[in-house]
Amino acid sequence: MGSLLQVLFDALSLGSLYALGALGIALIFGVMRLVNFAHGDVIAACVFALLWPSVDAVAIIFAGNLPWYLLIPFLLAIGAALSVASEIVVFRRFRRANPATMMIASFALGFVIRYFLLMLFSSRPKSISLLPSLSQPVEILGARIPLLQLITIAVTMAVLFGLTTFLRRTRFGLEMRAAAENFTMARMLGVRANRVIMGAFALSGALAAAIALILGSQTGTANIMMGASVMLMAFIATVIGGMGSLAGAVLAGFLLGAIATVMQVILPPDARAFRDAFVYGAVILVLIFRPQGLLSARGTKERV
Amino acid sequence: MSLLALSNVSVRYGRLTAVRQVTFSLAEGEILFITGPNGAGKSSLLRAIAGVTPPSGGRIDFADHDITGRAPEDIARLGLSMVPEGRDVFGSLSIEENLMVGTGMHSATRGWKARAATELEAVYATFPILKDRRHSQAGLLSGGQQQMLVIGRALMTNPRLVAIDEPSLGLAPNITDQVYERLIALRAMRKLTLLIVEQSSTRAMMVGGRMMLMRGGEILLDGDARALGQSEAMQAAYFGYGEH
Ligand SMILES: Nc1ncnc2c1ncn2[C@@H]1O[C@H](COP(=O)(O)OP(=O)(O)OP(=O)(O)O)[C@@H](O)[C@H]1O
Ligand SMILES: [Mg+2]
Repeated sequence: MGSLLQVLFDALSLGSLYALGALGIALIFGVMRLVNFAHGDVIAACVFALLWPSVDAVAIIFAGNLPWYLLIPFLLAIGAALSVASEIVVFRRFRRANPATMMIASFALGFVIRYFLLMLFSSRPKSISLLPSLSQPVEILGARIPLLQLITIAVTMAVLFGLTTFLRRTRFGLEMRAAAENFTMARMLGVRANRVIMGAFALSGALAAAIALILGSQTGTANIMMGASVMLMAFIATVIGGMGSLAGAVLAGFLLGAIATVMQVILPPDARAFRDAFVYGAVILVLIFRPQGLLSARGTKERV
Repeated sequence: MSLLALSNVSVRYGRLTAVRQVTFSLAEGEILFITGPNGAGKSSLLRAIAGVTPPSGGRIDFADHDITGRAPEDIARLGLSMVPEGRDVFGSLSIEENLMVGTGMHSATRGWKARAATELEAVYATFPILKDRRHSQAGLLSGGQQQMLVIGRALMTNPRLVAIDEPSLGLAPNITDQVYERLIALRAMRKLTLLIVEQSSTRAMMVGGRMMLMRGGEILLDGDARALGQSEAMQAAYFGYGEH
């Protein structure tokens, strides 16, 4: 019972990370058909925003020492600002370009961010202790669940609920949904393209910052590659979810988290190193049976 | 003073010229039909006016503003509402949400929410079927209902000019009748200016007003719809008789 619960919480917290990442990608894809591969590097940049630039092995904490009620808004603002800046400086110039061109531009931007971090901080992972009180375990029905895992899941649920409410209940949310479905038509109804796109980037950047907080506290390190692995899974989740479908992205994120966690448990120890190969195998199976994704962007049917 | 004025407007797609130096103007309250065969350039002309495909040459003025090359949202905010070909409903949004999308353009003015609510009731009064199904997904509506929805949606912004591309496309004749009946009533009620694109001149002759015939990207004829519709010149121009 206890270990089953542990697996469940592992799956949910890993899935939360993937779901948040996938949402960040799907939001931007929805309004401008851009697959933003720089998203992972924005995540990494958010982690490093907590440190002073230095190439020493020891991290010099800057914002990382703030109390949580300042730290969280600070980091969310950094993520949103960085993401909006990338739109203004880079992606705005590619609005009329085809999706492949935009995707390549996002790769390029990702490299620029990564090497910028490399220059300021060196490539060595630095250990940081972010919100250390969260690593204590909590006893639930005989399972010892790290507090951080519970918080990760709770925060993700809160973010999902908040985002859904925002999209469904606010004027800006309505405009974003309309623009995601038919951008030109929305503009012909007076919806301002720049505002909607910048809003999507801001939300996506804030989601990246949330991931940075979770990853930073979970791993206790700052590493310029740390966004990349989440980004890959998140990208896969948006594809399985049905490109542009927010609900699909979230669903697929949790599904991937569950598959990865279960594989970790049921695979024989020798095969665990190849867990990801099995996960990708499962992904291929999903795409064979539903090439349009679990929830295609305009579909209403739900099937898992 | 004209509400809309085009001078020498051209639209090009690469090497293809879809609209050639079109010049005309439209007075407030007027109703203008642009007719012409497939590929005449009618939709291209409308898209240029709405700012979706910027013109490659010429100048467009609307409501005392030079709107040449302006963004579609800016043009919409000046009071030009476009209903494009093919009924672009937001399929995953509810009918009411579809109607509300455009009302945000007035959010800087006081009392806009109350006005949007009044406007919504007015649209529902015109198209009761939309009210009955206001919470269902717009993508599930029939073609005729979708046409009513996009016209209603265009009216929600309280525009001065509504440009509609082929409102009868794919609709049964009696549904088209209904749509037109409502359009004419609305026009009388609001002193709306209408610019309607149709392939055939039948509707224009029924409704009356001004009609232009477009072919090969040019405007060949311009005059009273009923008089033009019966003329030999119209037939000849439409089918291109006597041209070599
Ligand atoms: N996006 C585009 N790219 C390239 N060529 C285009 C594009 N849109 C239209 N064309 C071409 O421009 C010409 C005019 O097309 P347009 O759609 O404006 O005609 P239309 O009068 O609306 O025809 P229909 O009655 O069939 O709707 C056609 O030759 C068409 O092939
Ligand atoms: Mg057309």
